[in-house]
Amino acid sequence: MSAQITMTQAINRAIDEAMAEDEGVILLGEDVAAKQGGGVFKISAGLTEKYGEHRVRATPISEQAIVGACVGAALAGFRPIAEIMLMNFVTVAMDQIVNHAAKLRFMSGGQTNVPLVIRTTTGVGVGFGGQHSDMLEAWFAHVAGLKIVTPSNAADAQGLMRAAIACNDPVIFIENILCYGLKSDDPGPGHFVPLGKAAIAREGSDCSIVTYGRTVLDALEIAGKLADEGISVEVIDLRTIAPYDEATVTASVEKTGRAVVLHEAVKQYGTGAEIASRLNEKLFGKLKAPVTRIGGAFSAVPMANALEQAWIPNKDAIADAVRTAVNWKG
Amino acid sequence: MTKATIDRDKLRDIYTRTMRVARADEKFRSLLMTGKLAVIYYTVRGQELVSAAAMAALEPSDYLVTTYRGQHDQIAKGVPLNPLFAEIAGKVGGTCRGKGGSMHITHPETGVMVTTGVVGSGLPIANGLALASQNRGDGKVTMVCFGDGATNIGAFHEAMNMAQLWKLPVIFLCQNNRYGEHTAFADHTKVDSIVTRAKAYGMAGVHVDGNDAIAMYNTTKAAVDRARAGEGPTLVEAMCYRMLGHFFGADFSYMPKEHLAEMAAEDPLPRLRQLMLDHQFTEAELDAIVADLDAQMDAAAEFAANSPLPGPEEIRKDVFEEEIAA
Ligand SMILES: Cc1ncc(C[n+]2csc(CCOP(=O)(O)OP(=O)(O)O)c2C)c(N)n1
Repeated sequence: MSAQITMTQAINRAIDEAMAEDEGVILLGEDVAAKQGGGVFKISAGLTEKYGEHRVRATPISEQAIVGACVGAALAGFRPIAEIMLMNFVTVAMDQIVNHAAKLRFMSGGQTNVPLVIRTTTGVGVGFGGQHSDMLEAWFAHVAGLKIVTPSNAADAQGLMRAAIACNDPVIFIENILCYGLKSDDPGPGHFVPLGKAAIAREGSDCSIVTYGRTVLDALEIAGKLADEGISVEVIDLRTIAPYDEATVTASVEKTGRAVVLHEAVKQYGTGAEIASRLNEKLFGKLKAPVTRIGGAFSAVPMANALEQAWIPNKDAIADAVRTAVNWKG
Repeated sequence: MTKATIDRDKLRDIYTRTMRVARADEKFRSLLMTGKLAVIYYTVRGQELVSAAAMAALEPSDYLVTTYRGQHDQIAKGVPLNPLFAEIAGKVGGTCRGKGGSMHITHPETGVMVTTGVVGSGLPIANGLALASQNRGDGKVTMVCFGDGATNIGAFHEAMNMAQLWKLPVIFLCQNNRYGEHTAFADHTKVDSIVTRAKAYGMAGVHVDGNDAIAMYNTTKAAVDRARAGEGPTLVEAMCYRMLGHFFGADFSYMPKEHLAEMAAEDPLPRLRQLMLDHQFTEAELDAIVADLDAQMDAAAEFAANSPLPGPEEIRKDVFEEEIAA
């Protein structure tokens, strides 16, 4: 058996490699330094010892100041990584992200740019409740100038993080808490996964499930089950949510004629709406069934496990959506 | 007590910077009044000297972050007039190809890294520029300018704390012009002066008459020297006065007439001229500086007028490094 690596180790390694290569890569966030334990989820464990506290800076609880400092350092030619402990707390730093990081390249007519990675984590299913579990990628996808990335497996996490740090534009890097323990075959050092390229996580011919992040795991599981029923599902893992790999998605759905877009974020006004709409524009007349969306319920994420499980896209519902598409009679 | 002194060359430098700001502001107001320009314009009338003296204390390579009302800062820092005028007019020859406008001037060659229209948001960014200098050891100082109104936004407080915590080479220059839009200082802030807030963060803070060239220069210079020596940030509160409305053409009847008259007596421009005369500069010398500047203003206005408008293809550029699809 080949060596395995967890997503936590993979992200840590990617940052470590980038910091070793470039003095300009610095890390700012609450609790990130060794003295504070290397981050709440230990992503930055060991980095202070190697690179010093001037490059791995534990910050006060000041999200605007964290992201703002990273924007400024990026303008001065650094490649900062901001850790925002949980995705809900980006709300506190929205001005710096949306008005500054995203727009400074454009507003300056290309004179400056913001090569910044905002790492953040979230996820439904750990009982954190309403203010610690949201997937807010659609907010950022609506803003020109931000790239949004989320890995579904450890190897991709390593490669996508390397690419995000190398990117000359701001990247929001979303990690799902429930994925940290996932293991992949170790891709080895120096692994890069280009931004903007989706992966075909499983090939199939009857229906495409277009998804990203943790729900890729659900989609793969469902695809396996449906194969037993004689339904062949293709699973597309976007990896980069914005700008997404429209060519790969369109080609897949053109081939299968059917698509279900799946994400953990609430369905209403989500990125699934954008993808479904684009498929409709591109493939109207070629689709064998309407493109449908599956997403989280339209409420705050509940704490009680029973409710939380009811909130999250249900595997049976996803499978039913595929069956409905395949059996569509028009 | 010894009388504050200043080098004569520095004084000439401050005078030239101040008058460049003043003549540019005058030119813009006349272009707007005569309908030759139709843009939103935040006049800096009354605040010319504050930035002239502050920027004279910086090196050209030092960083500056400022706000929508930052034209005095930009000009005093050295942004060339032709592209600055063109940018404010939204022309392709502007600093930012007409995509920024007066509220979003960027000109890295002169250290102007960000101009922001979001009140108070420049302070955290200035910290980051200063952090980069600290890590690199490049000896640069970052100055960030903002108004009194900005000191009530959370970003101000977060940035002050972080800057002092990390002893960043940054100077927070509050230009207290006594108003935040239509709200007078006493109606938005309960402390008597902004500088008292420096104490809350363990930070050095100085209060200065922003219309006093020598005091303003020496105060800023001391803050710059401290920052460069690694001794950390300073909050400078420079008292000045916004002599017109929030933006050009805006009503300012809410500003009490008596106060306006009182403040007119503090007008930095005649005061600086008198200071120059006191330092044995001749009327002729001073007039010659201004005449030369006026020729530059005419040329800049003409450059802006003749610069083409940006084409629609500009919308696809600079969103990301790679051009986006139409
Ligand atoms: C965050 C934010 N809130 C409100 C505004 C609207 N606004 C523009 S200027 C201004 C007043 C700011 O006053 P001050 O900081 O004292 O600067 P001055 O205009 O006096 O230079 C306000 C409220 C804004 N631009 N940004």
